Amino acid sequence: MAEDIKVIVFKLGTEEYGIEVEKVQTIERMMPITRVPKTYSFIKGVINLRGVVIPVIDLRGRFGIEEAEHTDQTRIIIVNVNEMEVGFIVDSANDVIDLNRDIIDVPPDVVGGIKAKYLDGVAKIGDDRLLIMLNLSEVLNKSEIVQLESLEG
Amino acid sequence: MDMNQYLSMFIDESNDHLQSLNESMMGLEANPEDLSIVQVIFRSAHTLKGMAATMGFEDLASLTHQMENVLDLVRNNKLRMQDFIFDTLFKSIDALESMVEDITGGGAGKADVTEIVSSLQAIVRGEVPSAGNASAEVTAAASGNASAAQVFLDEFQYSVLEQSLQEGHQVLYVDVAIRKDCQLKAVRAYMVFDLLERSGEVVKSFPSVQDIEQEKFDYGFSLYYITQKDASEIQKMILNLSEIEAVTAVALDQESLRQMGQDTAAATAEAPAPAPVQEAAPVAAGNASPAASLHSKEENGKAAPARVGGSPSPSRTIRVDIERLDVLMNLFSELLIDRVRLEQLASEVQNGDLTETVEHMGRVSGDLQNIVMKLRMVPVDTVFNRFPRMIRDLAKSLDKKVDLIITGADTELDRTVIDEIGDPLVHLLRNAVDHGIESIADRIAAGKPETGTVQLRAFHSGNHVFIEIEEDGKGIYPKNVLASAVKKGVITQEQAGTMTDDEAYQLLFAPGFSTAEVISDVSGRGVGLDVVKSKISSLGGNVTIYSTPGKGTNFSVQLPLTLSIIAAMLVRLGSEKYAIPLSSIVETGIVKQSQIRTIHGNRMLEFRGSHIPLVSLSKIFSIPDYDESTEEETEIVVVRKGERLVALAVQDFIGQNEIVIKNLGKYLPEVQGISGATILGDGQVALIIDPNAFIK
Repeated sequence: MAEDIKVIVFKLGTEEYGIEVEKVQTIERMMPITRVPKTYSFIKGVINLRGVVIPVIDLRGRFGIEEAEHTDQTRIIIVNVNEMEVGFIVDSANDVIDLNRDIIDVPPDVVGGIKAKYLDGVAKIGDDRLLIMLNLSEVLNKSEIVQLESLEG
Repeated sequence: MDMNQYLSMFIDESNDHLQSLNESMMGLEANPEDLSIVQVIFRSAHTLKGMAATMGFEDLASLTHQMENVLDLVRNNKLRMQDFIFDTLFKSIDALESMVEDITGGGAGKADVTEIVSSLQAIVRGEVPSAGNASAEVTAAASGNASAAQVFLDEFQYSVLEQSLQEGHQVLYVDVAIRKDCQLKAVRAYMVFDLLERSGEVVKSFPSVQDIEQEKFDYGFSLYYITQKDASEIQKMILNLSEIEAVTAVALDQESLRQMGQDTAAATAEAPAPAPVQEAAPVAAGNASPAASLHSKEENGKAAPARVGGSPSPSRTIRVDIERLDVLMNLFSELLIDRVRLEQLASEVQNGDLTETVEHMGRVSGDLQNIVMKLRMVPVDTVFNRFPRMIRDLAKSLDKKVDLIITGADTELDRTVIDEIGDPLVHLLRNAVDHGIESIADRIAAGKPETGTVQLRAFHSGNHVFIEIEEDGKGIYPKNVLASAVKKGVITQEQAGTMTDDEAYQLLFAPGFSTAEVISDVSGRGVGLDVVKSKISSLGGNVTIYSTPGKGTNFSVQLPLTLSIIAAMLVRLGSEKYAIPLSSIVETGIVKQSQIRTIHGNRMLEFRGSHIPLVSLSKIFSIPDYDESTEEETEIVVVRKGERLVALAVQDFIGQNEIVIKNLGKYLPEVQGISGATILGDGQVALIIDPNAFIK
C-alpha cells in the first residue's frame, strides 16, 4: 500500500485536475493583473501577491484550450516549483482530497486535449470522476514553450 | 562558561577596533606629534586586549599587551614615534588581524608572534617590573601596616592625592584579601573596583588593574582611593561582597602621604642611569592601569574637540540577514495597500476622528517606508576604509610615494553589491600603484612631484554608482598594449593595425594579458584585469579606461543600483501604468502632431536643434486602448543613454515617485524594454521601462 497524498482539485471546463498540496502556496480569488507586453499569449501578466510580483498564466491557454471569461468561481492557484513562483488561472478550485498513489494510473497519450508529458497520471475517484494529475515541472518548462511557439508561429 | 554566544560579538567588535587601530595609526604616521591619536590607539588596543583575555584568546591578549606597553611610553612622552616603531606596530596589527580572522574561521586564534613580541619588547627595552614581583611586594606589604607599603606613586598620582586631601576628601589605603577558595577572583576584584568607583575614585592599585583582570595576582590587592566616606564605612561595604576574606582601610593624612612620595622619589633615584626609558617603567605600570583613568579621561575631554581629522565615533550596528529585510519590505508593501484602502474608506465615511487617524498613519508609514528602503543601503566607506592602509604598505614595498585621496565615501550602494565590489577594487588600486605610478626617480625625471596621487572617487550618476580610480602615473600607451597583445597571441598583427586606442585599452581586460615587464609579487601575474572585468560584469556593471600617455590613467567602474529604490516618473498609457527611471529622463513636454516628421520612414522630432527619434510606446507594447497618433498633441518623455536621446510618446504623466524595483520572477522570459516591476501605492503592479532598450 503506497502512501496517501493530499491533492488540490481544480477544474478547467469539465475536466478535473489535481496538484499535490505541497506544491501549492495559496489559492487566490481573481485580482487585478498587470499585462506584460511582448510575451506569450497565455501569460496573462503579473500580480502583486503580498509584495511579491508573480507571473500568472492562463492554464487553458497553456494547454491550448479555448480561454474562457473569468467568473466568480475563477481562481488563481499559486504554485512553487523549482523555486519558481507562478500563478495558474483556473475555472474553479474548491476541493482537497486524499489520494492513494496506487490508484494513479499511467496516463493515456492524450487526455482532454493535453499532451501526456504534462501529466503525471490519471486517478479514478468515486464512480465516474477522473482526476488528471499535472506534472508541474513540464507545464512550467520554458524551453518547451519556445518550441511550442515556433511550432504554432 | 559558554563563550560561543559572545563569539560573533567579539569578532565584530575586534574587527571594528582593528579598523580603528589601522586608521588611527595612519593618522599618527601623518602626524606623529599628535598624542591625542595615541590615546585613541591606546584605548582601542586596551579594549581589544580586555575582550581577548575575557574570551580566552591568550596570544591575542598578550600581543596587544606588548603593543600597549609601547604606546604607553609614547603617550607619556617617554618615547618618540619612529619609522621602525610604526612598522612594528603595523606588523602587530596585521598579526592581530590574522588571528581574528583565524578565530572567525573557527580557529583558536593561535599564532606565533614571538618575533613581533620580542621586537616590541626591544622597543620598550627597560621593561615593566614583572607582575609577579609587584604582587609579591604587595602581599608582603598587605600584612604590615599601610604606611610601610612599597607602593610607588608617580608624581601625578601623588599630587592628585595631595590635592584631594587639601580639598577635604578622604584618602584611603585599602587592602583587600579574597578568599582562597574563590573561583573567579578577577571577577571578585572587579566587583570591588566597581563598588569603589561608585563612591569615589581609585587612583592606583597594586597589582595594576590589567594584571588583576588577567588574574595575575594572588589573593590580595591594595589600592589608593579617594572618597568622601569613612574608612570603616568603605571596609563594611567591601566586606558585604561575598568571598572577601578581609579588608583593611586606612585613612592617610598629609604626613603619611608625603612619606610615601619620598619613598617613590627615592625609588626612582635609585634606578640606574640610562634614565628616560628606565624611568618610564614604573610610570608605565601605573598609567596602564585604569588608576590613571582619571588622567586619560581628562585628556579625552580636551582631546576630543581638538581632534578634527580623527576617526568618527564607531557606528552602532547590528547584523541582519538580508532575507529578513526582503520580508520586511514585502510586509510593508502590504501595509501600504491597506493604508490606501483605509484612506478611501475614511473619505467615504467622513468621520473627522477617523480621517485624522488615517492621516497620521499615512505620515508614520511614509517615514517607515523611507527607513525600510534605506536599510539595505550601505555607504561604500565600508569597503573603502581598508584601502589607505593597503596603499601605504604597497607604496612602501615598491619604494614609491603615493597619496590616496578618497572622495564620496558616503555614497550608498546596495549591500549585495558592496559585498562583491571589494576584490575588484583592490585589484584596480594595486594596478594603479604598481603599474600606474612611476618610481620616484622616474617621476622626478618626468618633472612630476615625487609623490604620486591616486584618487578613489565614488558618486551617484543617474541610475548608477560610479567608482573611479585615477592616478597621475605614466599612463597607458596604446602602442605598447598592441605590441604586447600581438606578442602574447591575444590578437594578430593585422587586427592590431586596425584597432583604435579605445579598443587597445579594452585588450587590457583580455584573459592572459599583463603589461608589466617585470613580474612583481604585487600584480602582473596576468590574471588581473580580466577577473576584475568579469566580476564587475556579473554585478551588471562595466569598466572603462581613459588614459593620457604620460599623464595618468582613469579606471571607471559603473555599477547599477540594483535591488534598490529609484525615483521614477509614472506615466499612463491607456489603462496601463508604467514607470520610467527619472535618472534617464532629460525632460518632458508636449508636441503637436505637426511637429512630428517622418524622415526615411522613421518618425523624428526636432529637439534642441537636432532631430531625435520618436518612439511609440503604445505600438511597441501593443497597448490595447491608446494610440497617440489619433491625438492632436502628444506628451513626450525625452530619455537619454550617453549622448543619444530618444522621445517616448505617452498619454499622461501621473507623477514622480520613489519606487522599489522588483524582478518579474524567474518564469517570465526577458521582455525587451521592460527592466522590472514595481508595486504602486494602490497595490497594483506597474512595469518599469528600460529606456536604454529603445536607443541603439
